Amino acid sequence: MAEAGHKKFTQPAVTPELVASHGLNAEEYGKILEFLGREPNYTELGVFSVMWSEHCSYKSSRVYLKNLPTEGPYVLQGPGENAGVVDIGDGLAVAFKMESHNHPSFIEPYQGAATGVGGILRDIFTMGARPIASLNSLRFGAIDHPRTRYLVAGVVAGIGGYGNCIGVPTVGGECYFDACYNANILVNAFTLGLVDKNRIFTGLAQGIGNPVMYVGSKTGRDGIHGATMASESFSEEKEQRRPTVQVGDPFTEKLLLEACLELFQHDYIIGIQDMGAAGLTSSSTEMAGRGGCGIELDLSKVPMRETGMTPYEILLSESQERMLLVAKQGCEGAIKRIFDKWDLDAVVIGRVTDDQQIRTLWDGEEVACMPIRALTKEAPAYHRPTARPAYQDQVQQLDLANIPEPKDFGAVLKQLLASPNLASKEWIYRQYDQFVRTNTIIAAGADAAVIRIKGTEKGLALVADGNSRYCYLDPYVGGALAVAEAARNLACVGARPVGLTDCLNFGSPENPEVMWQFAEVIHGMRDACLALHIPVVSGNVSFYNETDGVPIHPTPTIGMVGLLEKVERVVTPWFKTAGDIVALLGRTREELGGSEYLKTIHGLTRGTPPWIDLKLELAVQTCCIEAIEQGLLQSAHDVADGGLAVALAECCIGGPDKPIGARVETHEMIRADALLFSESQSRILVSVKENNLERLQELAEQHHVPLLALGTVGGGRLAFQPLLQLPVEELRGIWSNGLTAQLE
Amino acid sequence: MRWGVITFPGSCDDQDVVDALKLDLKQSVEQLWHKDELRGEFDCLVLPGGFSYGDYLRCGAMARFSPIMSGVVEHARRGGLVLGICNGFQILCEVGLLPGALVRNVGLQFICQPVYLRVEENDSPFTANLKKGQLLKIPIKHGEGCYFADADTLERLHKNRQILLYYVDAKGKATAAANPNGSLENIAGVCNEERNVFGLMPHPEDACNKLLGSDDGAKLFLSIAAAVVEGTKRHG
Repeated sequence: MAEAGHKKFTQPAVTPELVASHGLNAEEYGKILEFLGREPNYTELGVFSVMWSEHCSYKSSRVYLKNLPTEGPYVLQGPGENAGVVDIGDGLAVAFKMESHNHPSFIEPYQGAATGVGGILRDIFTMGARPIASLNSLRFGAIDHPRTRYLVAGVVAGIGGYGNCIGVPTVGGECYFDACYNANILVNAFTLGLVDKNRIFTGLAQGIGNPVMYVGSKTGRDGIHGATMASESFSEEKEQRRPTVQVGDPFTEKLLLEACLELFQHDYIIGIQDMGAAGLTSSSTEMAGRGGCGIELDLSKVPMRETGMTPYEILLSESQERMLLVAKQGCEGAIKRIFDKWDLDAVVIGRVTDDQQIRTLWDGEEVACMPIRALTKEAPAYHRPTARPAYQDQVQQLDLANIPEPKDFGAVLKQLLASPNLASKEWIYRQYDQFVRTNTIIAAGADAAVIRIKGTEKGLALVADGNSRYCYLDPYVGGALAVAEAARNLACVGARPVGLTDCLNFGSPENPEVMWQFAEVIHGMRDACLALHIPVVSGNVSFYNETDGVPIHPTPTIGMVGLLEKVERVVTPWFKTAGDIVALLGRTREELGGSEYLKTIHGLTRGTPPWIDLKLELAVQTCCIEAIEQGLLQSAHDVADGGLAVALAECCIGGPDKPIGARVETHEMIRADALLFSESQSRILVSVKENNLERLQELAEQHHVPLLALGTVGGGRLAFQPLLQLPVEELRGIWSNGLTAQLE
Repeated sequence: MRWGVITFPGSCDDQDVVDALKLDLKQSVEQLWHKDELRGEFDCLVLPGGFSYGDYLRCGAMARFSPIMSGVVEHARRGGLVLGICNGFQILCEVGLLPGALVRNVGLQFICQPVYLRVEENDSPFTANLKKGQLLKIPIKHGEGCYFADADTLERLHKNRQILLYYVDAKGKATAAANPNGSLENIAGVCNEERNVFGLMPHPEDACNKLLGSDDGAKLFLSIAAAVVEGTKRHG
């Protein structure tokens, strides 16, 4: 029995060295003294250390995040809860969020990625929502870096291992390779859940005397100071951090999920929260913080899987698959019966108090007592210094006169389709169960994934997107483009955006150049969200993605959700029938800065990213959505990385059926390589039956959107006159094997 | 007819089978909990896919000891129909209702993709509505779906025509390239000698609605329903 293993706990003395080793600086320690009116003891120091870590407190980002638009007519829950919630009609709402698990995934790829999935799933079902779909956004180092293959294999197996086992489909995502991630990979996991809009639960503690219950897995020593680890840069010793990575148990999570959903059918609880980063500490203090009350916990009652654990370890453990809930008095027995059915612990470990303190006991003795506000809303917040990087002007210099135009455009297209960033990602997503829950209408590989909502005519479109090269070259524009492209991906399947979540992955906030990038990206995202009317409902910031002082490119990942009123009208990106007209919404400009072409063919990450007119962007998206709603389109595909040529090839070869060719011709007054590979924004490549072309033209005119008929679908070749002509079977082979060849 | 769908701890596709039967095929379904004794009369019991007990031990090795399993075995002995899908197939092999075993995919990875299946025999309740040689497009999603049996067992399977489904290509050929997991002779589904217990790795419940890309899975469920109605008429 764990109880028999309790040892008498003597708090070690708090020395300046101990304070420093907890990542607290002199100023922060001074604030602790002020809050407490005395020196903290060892346990309290540990609690302050995790709650004031960047990961938990958002101390460097809070002042910027509040500038993001978070309100909209359908937002039921904005940022600040476990997940955002948006009303989708029919009495239903969707809860969704994206979260990073970058540092752990680099140290231990399988478990790091697996527990990332586990954590985001809990964030969703703690809101009362049944998780119905997941996405992930992955960034690895150069494909030929010696560690990349190991990391890709481990991360993908970890995501699959957890997601498949819990029965939530992974329906899409994205994966990019760039040397800037060689020593700092990014693993961003997104989950969406469906909830009755009148039965949303939140992480709230209220009602003096109400019992606080612990449910789920037992607590061990894994993951102690995980949040602190995620708030530091990597250096040579990162391997030694392996023990701070948690180990996932998807089977227990599946039981916890089902038990919690069963619990939510009753009115037994006030609030519930996942024990994620900083475990019991953050869940209890945040719940009390929201309820404006205090909380008392008897740590000796916590179910433990190891003997001899100290209160310090119990408070800071990040053992997975655990939840904290505040029950209504008298409901403890009923709650326990539900968890018994699923063979899970459910134990009363404390109560709600009225003194706005968190007080923890160990065998009846107080071991820590701190004001809740000091750990939550009054945690430090910094206006960190910002500085435009000295290299910024230089990297934006790009004189196309110095870039020779290739002689063989066909060879260039083949090289692009085989490159790891543009090649098919089937090697990755076929390791994920994409079909469980039987809602998946468009699985991974399209512009956006689409799932149906049983019992309604509706569907949801989901996308995760971001382009860090754009953000590196111009973080303001890059931030705006990330939002715009995600929304455009939704438009391509016919969905209107209802909200977004983000994962903001950056270097150290203590580096003024990184902080400048962060401020600029947020500003760009804000402007795009306002122009496109998309509220930010949840999100996560991951700083310190740098090794030995070298930060990753700024990488905001956007997770966006769109609604289709009639899911049966959904459109896929792929050409369907010979004779259909191929047309382009939007206009191609000579914009090669930051392009995949420039990077892959010329080895350059330079120039300014493509320009965006947000008004035109909205018009193009609206036009596409309306065309789909009116049944005018056979296919629609965003023209993005790799430009028009790659988009055309994808329309020919990317579908589940036999590839189909197309013959197009266009004469813009720009360089031929720009015509083919420019990444000009606000473009959607569509195909349309000939007798619908006129109606599409009228619609485009109505929205003041340029529409250019390019050619027709059909034949066995992709011909872009007069620049290239290639058999689609050959292109399919190159594109399908591009990534596999490099990973196996 | 009455369907019973069993939920083990870690079952993931139980609700999917229930939804397919109820919503798409308008069948009458009861959900059963693994800790309960099997009570009531059922025409067909379904052991669904998922990761029972996390499959941390050999797949299905724990679930075979769930309290409901003795009732399942008894139901099968009396001639009742039992369908095991994916993890359910693995459990039926572990409990000895079906011959052979399912081991790790030859590529060592979990695989999720639609596959083509060829109907080999149609003198079973599970395939009676289908034609010999008919192709079905149904997804697989598993890490341990490589069917294995020793030489004697395999010979008996052939002799008794217990192999009902093979993995094939779009033309119906059981090629090596069409074998997703390294299964012996491309075997995708087998029944017992009495032909009332059937296990398959593909998931018919994921293919019961055209919106999801295929409704070929419905053909298997409807075949079972038709066979039960036919049997009732004959005996009733």
